Amino acid sequence: MNFHDRHLLRLRVNGEDHSLSDLDPRVTLLDLLRERLQLTGTKKGCNFGECGACTVHLDGQRVNACMILAVSAEGREVTTIEGLANGNALHPVQQAFIDHDGFQCGFCTPGQVMSAAALIEEGHTSSDAEIREWMSGNLCRCSAYPQIVEAVRAAAGRASQ
Amino acid sequence: MLNWLRLGIAEPTRIIDISRLDGLDQIEALAGGGLKIGALTHLNDVAQHALVMRDYPVLSQAILNAASPQLRNLATIGGNLLQKTRCAYFRAEEELPCNKREPGSGCSALHGINDNHAIFGWTEDCVATQPSDPAVALAALDAVIVTAHSSGGRRIPAAEFHLLPDTRPEAHNVLQHGELVTAIELPAPAPRSAYLKVRERESYEYAIVAAAAVLEMNGRTIRRAGLALGSVALRPWRLIAAEEQLAGADIGDRDALSAAIEQSFVEARPLSQNAYKIELAKNAALRAIEKAARMPS
Repeated sequence: MNFHDRHLLRLRVNGEDHSLSDLDPRVTLLDLLRERLQLTGTKKGCNFGECGACTVHLDGQRVNACMILAVSAEGREVTTIEGLANGNALHPVQQAFIDHDGFQCGFCTPGQVMSAAALIEEGHTSSDAEIREWMSGNLCRCSAYPQIVEAVRAAAGRASQ
Repeated sequence: MLNWLRLGIAEPTRIIDISRLDGLDQIEALAGGGLKIGALTHLNDVAQHALVMRDYPVLSQAILNAASPQLRNLATIGGNLLQKTRCAYFRAEEELPCNKREPGSGCSALHGINDNHAIFGWTEDCVATQPSDPAVALAALDAVIVTAHSSGGRRIPAAEFHLLPDTRPEAHNVLQHGELVTAIELPAPAPRSAYLKVRERESYEYAIVAAAAVLEMNGRTIRRAGLALGSVALRPWRLIAAEEQLAGADIGDRDALSAAIEQSFVEARPLSQNAYKIELAKNAALRAIEKAARMPS
């Protein structure tokens, strides 16, 4: 391969503007967040767009950070798990995952939480079946799925079914 | 595309980001009664667009059964059509004989693991399938793929966009170098249409068999049917003979519907491990027809 170009990249991450120089165009948004910005809350699971551990919000929409070249995020706004809480006040989804024991090992949890926060904004919470379907892009090898659905339902403000 | 780089399926020296080209992410009604979907429209935006949900439920359902919510926020309707087969030999990290990876090297799946491979249109050069869900809906709808090229664009029937392995087994579709998909055009509304996807788990998985049905009804009588199967060939497989025989059939007459579907399976050819897909595909086609008939018109 013949990638000699180096890029200047400007983007906004968790409300903070960044200007990154000398960027290899092959770097993914995921690797940029973890390796250049030291935001290691976003996890690298499969690196093939299959597991959802790297879910972040790009201009408010949930996406897999491993499936985006960082250079194509030029000028856009990224929110990671580090930017979800409001100061020391946890986001309602974060609190719900604690209250409902929505994890065991915790590796998939940042992605689960980012996906759930977006799903609630999207309005896909009319039933447990709908929550499961719209959370299906986030795999949990500990299989905490029942508690994750409970947490999402609670965060969405719905009574237990 | 990033996964092609990771697996060595593609080795580009230059990548052009087309995601910010103006005006290619719009959905607009066509004067003649159809719908034009810009190629860069994200899958979730197509599936949840009010006109698509109301007039083309088969396409909305096909998309919502594809990939995951996060991927559907990134993937575009044009890009989805360009995906390559999921054949494990094609995507193997250590290189194995595969005419799509290395023309002339052979086909490992022909006598290997082929339980989820083609039952229609395969050759000894390649027995893989095309995995796209939206492509199956577009084929059943008689959609048109619109392209641009420096020498002028063209309009390609959706059912002919993907290539069977009988001509160039290394190719997946008819696009030429420098040719860009710019839009998908849908013909007149098809409210009585539905998609059915059969897979090993309930969500977020490729199909074993998928079926798209588009019906025009006159009371309980089928006036016209468009049928396509997914994951059974390297292109969405139109059931032309079945469609012809379905015209005039009563939607409640299961025997007549099954007999019509049977007409299109004369040409089905199972591989060593996938004969089960033939029965599965027939049943999926029948259920898709019945599901389409239940949609509000």
